[in-house]
Amino acid sequence: MAENIEEKVSKIVAEQFEVPVEKVTLKSLFMDDLKADSLSVVELVLAIEEAFGLEIPDEDAEKIKTVGDVVNYVKARAK
Amino acid sequence: MPRRVAVTGVGLVTPVGVGTEETWDALLAGVSGIGPITRFDASKFSTRFAGEVKGFEPTRWISARDARASMSDPFIQYAMAAGTMAMEDAGLVVDGELAERTGCFVGSGMGGLATIEATHLALQAKGPRHAISPFFVPQLIINLAAGQLSIKYNAKGPCYSQVSACSSGGHAIGDAFRLIQHGEADAMICGGSEAVVTPLGVGGFAAMRALSVRNDDPAAACRPFDLDRDGFVLAEGAGILVLEEMEHARKRGARIHAELEGYAATADAHHITAPAPEGEGAQRCMRKALADARLDPTAIDYINAHGTSTKMNDATETLVVKKVFGDHARRLMIGSTKSMTGHLLGAAGGVEAAFCALAVARGQVPPTINYTTPDPECDLDYVPSSAREISIRHAVSNSFGFGGSNVCLVFGRGDR
Repeated sequence: MAENIEEKVSKIVAEQFEVPVEKVTLKSLFMDDLKADSLSVVELVLAIEEAFGLEIPDEDAEKIKTVGDVVNYVKARAK
Repeated sequence: MPRRVAVTGVGLVTPVGVGTEETWDALLAGVSGIGPITRFDASKFSTRFAGEVKGFEPTRWISARDARASMSDPFIQYAMAAGTMAMEDAGLVVDGELAERTGCFVGSGMGGLATIEATHLALQAKGPRHAISPFFVPQLIINLAAGQLSIKYNAKGPCYSQVSACSSGGHAIGDAFRLIQHGEADAMICGGSEAVVTPLGVGGFAAMRALSVRNDDPAAACRPFDLDRDGFVLAEGAGILVLEEMEHARKRGARIHAELEGYAATADAHHITAPAPEGEGAQRCMRKALADARLDPTAIDYINAHGTSTKMNDATETLVVKKVFGDHARRLMIGSTKSMTGHLLGAAGGVEAAFCALAVARGQVPPTINYTTPDPECDLDYVPSSAREISIRHAVSNSFGFGGSNVCLVFGRGDR
């Protein structure tokens, strides 16, 4: 399950930011490494919500800066 | 003396072609760009045809990511395409001190209507959080066509959008001309863009009974000055020019298509949609533009008419030309390229200014197609059916918008 979440998140991130999935690592910073802007990050959060059936409050979303942050958030909320 | 202004770049996205040469060739050949609506199911609408842009691939001009997110609305995509063509045509590199001396004026009548409609439908189905993209607002606001071009080309001068319905593109070019004339800018990327072949766009103009309903023969529906005309034909696209101060253009060895010589803007102050009696506001606008260009009316060889194919416009515009030009009205050519492109609304002034620049540059005049049964009230030389190869000294572009907003531009060869 854990690996599945990581793969799924990486795939969504790659799709949203239109980067090859190989370039997406747990440490990838959205804005610095993947060249996303603040609006694209909002879009990503919405895509994650849809994919995992979650609602991510803005105060939580603001702390999400990397792929790893998303994976950890989803894991914690999925319990 | 105000500074002189050259047209050094032209970019066109129209229902008859994506690209300047594609569009011009089609116009000279008298090709109609009007056909059945494919963008949405129009079967319940009273008008089921329009001038859609065909074969447009946004990723030729912008990245796939931008086409999906920050520039997903077609009115921005058309502006990016036409603006990029115009800048490549001009060969203008905006760097150093030129950056702050270069601006962008791109007008539109309605902006991102397609995005508004699609988002509203999604909102009903999915609720606000998941229906409304963070890129929603930057799709619909009209100045983002100009804004995106300024970002792409590092143009740090004045950047905004003229909004005056079907005059928007003409006003954008005219205002850009003034900035260069009076030394506030050396180069301007300017024109208009529109993309409202949508249910509300078509339905809205149909509700006004403004559109042709010749559903059985769309290519013959736009017939300016013809007795059997029955309304305008909605169309989409973009026309962008690069304007440049004449000496600046000459010093860098730019090719000068034409000179923009005069501009005027007036209001009818009469009615929201109907022209003033005898087209008083339009007459005043044409006279002011000729005076601004310091030209006698007899110097004009070609008028690219507003020529929408509505009963009111074409009769009134003909009368306006007779009043302004007197005996010369019967000697000049007055054509409506809308007979082929349809009415691009806020982009019309942009594409038609480009057509005037090309007409004077190349000595070619596109025809008015579908002019087969002359209206007794419309009895001038409308260049029916066939294009002409003929030297043009000066050409005029008219645009008249809802709200009684008029604009007139005067072009010459730049050789005086």
